[in-house]
Amino acid sequence: MKKIYKFLFLIALLITSPTLLLAQSKTQVLIRNATVLTAVRGTLENTDILIENGKIAKIGKNLKAASNAKIIDAAGKFVSPGIIDCHSHTMSDAVNEFSFSVTSMARIRDVLNPTDISIYRALAGGVTTANLLHGSANAIGGQNSTVKFKYGKPVEDFLVADAPPGIKFALGENVKRTNFNPTPGAVARYPRTRMGTMEVIRDAFVRAKDYKKSWDDFRAKKAMIQPRRDLELEPLVEVLEGKRLVHAHGYRSDEHLNLLLIADEFGFKIATLQHGLEAYKIAPEIAKRGTGVSIFSDYWSYKLEAYDSIPYNAVILWKAGVNVSINSDSDERMRRLNLDAAKVVKTGVPEEDALKMITLNPAKQLGIDKRTGSIEVGKDADIVIWTAHPFSVYARPEMTMIEGEIYFDRQQDLAKRAELQRERETLEKLEVNRPPGAGATGTTAPPIPKEKRQADHDYAEDGGNR
Amino acid sequence: MQNEFFTTETQRHRGFEEMQKETLTKRFLLKFFSVSLCLCGLIFPAAFKTFAQSDGSQQNKTGRAGTFAITNARIVTVSGATIEKGTLIIKDGKIEAVGANVPIPNGAEKIDGTGLSVYPGMIDAGTNLGLAEISGGAPATIDVAETGDMNSNAKAFLAVNPHSSHVNVTRINDVTTVLSMPTGGIISGQAAIINLNGSTQNEMALVPTFGLVINFPRITTGGGGFNPFGTQAPIDFNEALKRRDQRLDDLKKLFRDAENYAKIQEAYAADKSLPAPPTDLKMAALKDYVRGAKPVIFTAERERDIRGVAKFAGEMKIKAIIFGGQEAWKAADDLKKNNIAVVYTNVHNLPVRDDDAYDYLLEAPAKMAQAGVKFSISTGDNGAMVSELPFQAGLAAAFDLPKDEALKSVTLYPAQILGIADKLGSLEAGKIANLVITNGDILEPRTNVKYVFINGRLLPLTSRHTELFESFKDRK
Repeated sequence: MKKIYKFLFLIALLITSPTLLLAQSKTQVLIRNATVLTAVRGTLENTDILIENGKIAKIGKNLKAASNAKIIDAAGKFVSPGIIDCHSHTMSDAVNEFSFSVTSMARIRDVLNPTDISIYRALAGGVTTANLLHGSANAIGGQNSTVKFKYGKPVEDFLVADAPPGIKFALGENVKRTNFNPTPGAVARYPRTRMGTMEVIRDAFVRAKDYKKSWDDFRAKKAMIQPRRDLELEPLVEVLEGKRLVHAHGYRSDEHLNLLLIADEFGFKIATLQHGLEAYKIAPEIAKRGTGVSIFSDYWSYKLEAYDSIPYNAVILWKAGVNVSINSDSDERMRRLNLDAAKVVKTGVPEEDALKMITLNPAKQLGIDKRTGSIEVGKDADIVIWTAHPFSVYARPEMTMIEGEIYFDRQQDLAKRAELQRERETLEKLEVNRPPGAGATGTTAPPIPKEKRQADHDYAEDGGNR
Repeated sequence: MQNEFFTTETQRHRGFEEMQKETLTKRFLLKFFSVSLCLCGLIFPAAFKTFAQSDGSQQNKTGRAGTFAITNARIVTVSGATIEKGTLIIKDGKIEAVGANVPIPNGAEKIDGTGLSVYPGMIDAGTNLGLAEISGGAPATIDVAETGDMNSNAKAFLAVNPHSSHVNVTRINDVTTVLSMPTGGIISGQAAIINLNGSTQNEMALVPTFGLVINFPRITTGGGGFNPFGTQAPIDFNEALKRRDQRLDDLKKLFRDAENYAKIQEAYAADKSLPAPPTDLKMAALKDYVRGAKPVIFTAERERDIRGVAKFAGEMKIKAIIFGGQEAWKAADDLKKNNIAVVYTNVHNLPVRDDDAYDYLLEAPAKMAQAGVKFSISTGDNGAMVSELPFQAGLAAAFDLPKDEALKSVTLYPAQILGIADKLGSLEAGKIANLVITNGDILEPRTNVKYVFINGRLLPLTSRHTELFESFKDRK
């Protein structure tokens, strides 16, 4: 008898959870008659995309699919690659390990919440992939996670397995704790200035180099005693060895240049300058080093170091040959990155290059461009179907899929609303959920749902704003 | 259009190539003028000065007046039918005529509008523009909220910085008029309607003291949110309601006191033999609002708070506007009954509750329109991002608000809500010439602005942004 219940329970789980969608990936999906924005080879009219086992198998006209294939009629609709947000803190139950100035041992991986509703809202805005970064409270922050928004799956499934690991660095106001009031009487954390910030980084790499040498010596049998593992320095050794990407938060161009020079000194590369709102002032220096820049489209003036931010940042960097991506750093803004990319078109960036700034370019910055970021045969089927060109303000995602599985479908969403409303009303009527004033016998009223933290401006990353 | 602005000034958001070409032209012309100067001595010093004037000069920033004829343009009047190919005449700061067949006055400067569209300048009826230059970490630049709960005499108009860099950035992005309002406390102060052009606050002012901002006391049961000093126990709903009503009673008493204060002052003015009453600036400031001569702007988001505003306004017989309005569509009956409009500021906000539909705040404008609630769409922004107003209206249209309603919600409707529809909000003869000329749909992010007029003055398309761009675009 118990077994039967267990079996029924499992069946129920299977029906109600999105794992049901998993079954789809085993079969084919055929998107028909779409206007396809490939992000690499222009726009293809009236084109079909055949997806097999989560990969784009064919792109062309009048494609044939197996009889059990899921057919999606996209006539009159636009298809784009899934949007990649190269700077986000969504899903993260913690953002900053404030205590030290070097927290390279801390991992965002350990605080990911796969049930965060912001994931679904991002999917509804066409975002499929994100770089989840540690906050900017420390000169050297924690390790990031590159994830795909497989909402409904266990957290392990979110992680892009072959994405190179990365780490957050930070410069400027947040590291100086400009917006942070220390506890009275407490000793201020070092650094308090931009001078100190650079020295924290230099000191960390001096130590990392020594640490690396101690291991190299041990492995070469020049030293007999095995060094003690150092979880702070290990990630920095990986940086020195080119195995870990550095994502460096910063605003002022002089600071970002200082960091590029420190990297030169120690012989490593900075993968991305994050924010880089003044990067346009040092475009040639950035281009020369092959460093990417991940910016806001036009967000500015929310703090002093964002005062020289201009909406022409993207076009100047693009012109200089820098790989530019446009990020959100916000659960809200993430839902409309397509419009942020559209804005740079009027400054002179060609449309496909602007589209790349939210697809292929961030994929390159994260080292995952072999599998995602454009609509090409062999790549993951990370695809958004829009009602209009995604650069139109009137466009709305109809469907978002990751590796061929549908994670957002507006029609399904609309169809479920009445049912959810009924469920909500039923729950509200339960004795346990009624406040005493409404006649319930409990001694305490239920807490009101936690208002959603809006990690909007990046200065909200540091606890002063939370 | 060969005037000094468009050969010396940078246009916003023009193509990079175009800008570089222009710089070359500029260099050439500069050289030419320098040579002329050498040859002719100082025969044309004035002309040279005008030409070489830096972007930072006041003359450039406030533009120039004149009689202008915009011809062959698509004219989106908003109040009436769109004229597919028409002429609009600007004279003495006003729109003198608009139509398909309008004679061009002698001496008018012609602007060829072929391929271009003319729109009324947008109005954002809920900002802190000019009151907050740098919102984080630079408190010296913030003049948004006074200390204390009761600041009826605080006037945004006296703190708006006419030289804020947000002014130019905003106006070359379609928005030409804003309501700038104080926040904070219970009675925050008085909001000002300003045009985004002028060397002084007086030149900018349209209505210096338009409305009184009140943070409507909310029903809060507490217990939610993050509190570093330990979680406060939530209180019973009825207890919360009682506390809210207590604060509302305080507010009502204040309003009655203000009415009595006004009566005493009036009695004394009529009969000087009465003992002279003492002056109270905070009471005096309330008079126009408690008597319904001017509107009170109540911040309120939830249905219960919005219904609370409607009830309060009805009872106190005051004019009310809702600022925020997330769930205004749910309270449509109360709002319509009390003739209350909504300044909706939530297009770019996340739904508050996890189980709200993902588009809960995106579809609210469409729901307000369906329910017959009068509303405008507003950024509710500090100033720097008021430039996103067109895209907020457009996004509401992506979620079922009809496109013409979306345009009205940032032009004619805010003009009506702010009581300035006789002056602004549409392209009609006699209205103030605040208008924007674009190369496409004004709500689309890929559309470029080609000309901006405020009070009939043709403005340079320059800002802190274009100036920094000019400084760095050629750095190798």
